Amino acid sequence: MISSSLPRGPGVGFKPEHFAAIAAAPQPVGFFEVHAENYMGAGGPPHAQLGRLRADYALSIHGVGLSIGSMQPLDREHLSRLRALCERYQPESFSEHLAWSSHDSVFLNDLLPLPYTPATLHHVAGHIDLVQETLGRQMLLENPATYLTFAQSTLEETDFLAELVRRTGCGLLLDINNVFVAATNHHLDARAYLARFPLTAVREIHLSGHSETVDDQGAPLLIDSHDTPVKDPVWALYEEVIARTGPIATLIEWDNDVPEWPVLRAEAEAAGALLAHAARHEQAA
Amino acid sequence: MRNSPPSAPLVTQVAFAAAVTDPDRAVPAGLAAWNGGVPERRFAVYRNNVTVSLMEALGARYPAVRAIVGADFFAAMARLYVAAHPPRSPLMMVYGEDFADFLAGFEPAESLPYLPDIARLEAARSRAYHAADAAPLDPAGLAGLSPEAIAALRLAPHPAFALIRSVHPVVTIWAMNEGEREPGPIEPWEGEDALVTRPHLDVAVHRLPPGAGAFIAALAEGAPLRDAAGHGLAAAPEFDLSAALALVLASGAFTGAIDD
Repeated sequence: MISSSLPRGPGVGFKPEHFAAIAAAPQPVGFFEVHAENYMGAGGPPHAQLGRLRADYALSIHGVGLSIGSMQPLDREHLSRLRALCERYQPESFSEHLAWSSHDSVFLNDLLPLPYTPATLHHVAGHIDLVQETLGRQMLLENPATYLTFAQSTLEETDFLAELVRRTGCGLLLDINNVFVAATNHHLDARAYLARFPLTAVREIHLSGHSETVDDQGAPLLIDSHDTPVKDPVWALYEEVIARTGPIATLIEWDNDVPEWPVLRAEAEAAGALLAHAARHEQAA
Repeated sequence: MRNSPPSAPLVTQVAFAAAVTDPDRAVPAGLAAWNGGVPERRFAVYRNNVTVSLMEALGARYPAVRAIVGADFFAAMARLYVAAHPPRSPLMMVYGEDFADFLAGFEPAESLPYLPDIARLEAARSRAYHAADAAPLDPAGLAGLSPEAIAALRLAPHPAFALIRSVHPVVTIWAMNEGEREPGPIEPWEGEDALVTRPHLDVAVHRLPPGAGAFIAALAEGAPLRDAAGHGLAAAPEFDLSAALALVLASGAFTGAIDD
């Protein structure tokens, strides 16, 4: 099984509108990440651009449509498309979400939450096994941003993830914005969550922005909107995590109201500076 | 054999999926928030994500339709389409394939009878964008052929090829709403045929001269060149075969000769 092996530096979620700027000069990023489903057409500009990027940078393929958290069977056709994409581009990493997005063959186009119980754990572990077997590679599973919880949940999300790692050998993609969003939304302490998180399994980190609203009682409700710079409390949590783990491949995700390339590059450079600091610290220790 | 009852987590997802796509349903039981109560607004985040993201996917595929009807009308229309035609695939590039048919039956838009053909043109453009790569026919390869061989020539369409034939001036309307052409009165108001190609990486839309639509349609169905030319002439007495053939070759609509 091929292990996830992104370079331990900064990366950026690739947007086609940035292609010309990125291709014009070497960029201070170690890898690019793309959403798998955008590259499942037969040909054309998407593959031309991805082929060019892949020649110069490490690649992370990030799925948003596999519905690993579904209680129904995985879509075999989609799994075959993922296998073909991974075979074509040989990415350093493939990742997906602890969430579901399809039901009865309807695709809901969002990352929906699931209860955490021994039964759902068993089901999700089976799906991860099938993905890893089909792709012949380790996958990374991302912690979700959630807006509500389930009365039937009996397991902590962190324990659920740790047990999935133990059973399947998958790695984790730690989305620190999701941690901050979910902790705020569920009135939990993000640092306590991270203290329980199985950090040794983390092979990639996501950083992104969020927006703010309120719930039915007027309490803060954060939305994982990926439409702003990374916010200060998320940077602070990130620094604390990499101080403990050492440098980890770190992606800047910005999917809506996407700015010009230099703005994204500057975010990646900011992450890169913190990663360099963590690397020096690691060597000194 | 008796079916076992569905598991509790599956029941939860069934109820969640039903309610997340239907704003008239109550928030499913068993969903919670730390501060108690029915988490209406929290569930609404998911409802909004699902529906609005699909409406946006549709708008991204049909920008000229949206420009023609305006953002508010488009949003209302897209909301109805999404509810009636949810995607069956996680590939947003193929979502909304039947949007033109939906528009054709959408009464509030019936004062814009050309709208479905604009949608057909936009759908063809996005299919062309993602179509398989293939080298277009090299005109030099035809240079040595005898007139008889040219007349008998049959051509294979490029994977990105599409022909949209309309009784409305679809290419002109589309171009005016996509910033390709200065908006203005359309005189005369007559049918236009659109040839969509992507010989390399750029999708192109060609407005076809009289008879060329019938000519290219026949070619694409595998007719020999001489028969296709007959179709062109039958459709329009002023059909110009050499100009149409030049356009066919320059546009990259075909990849090569079909061997018998």
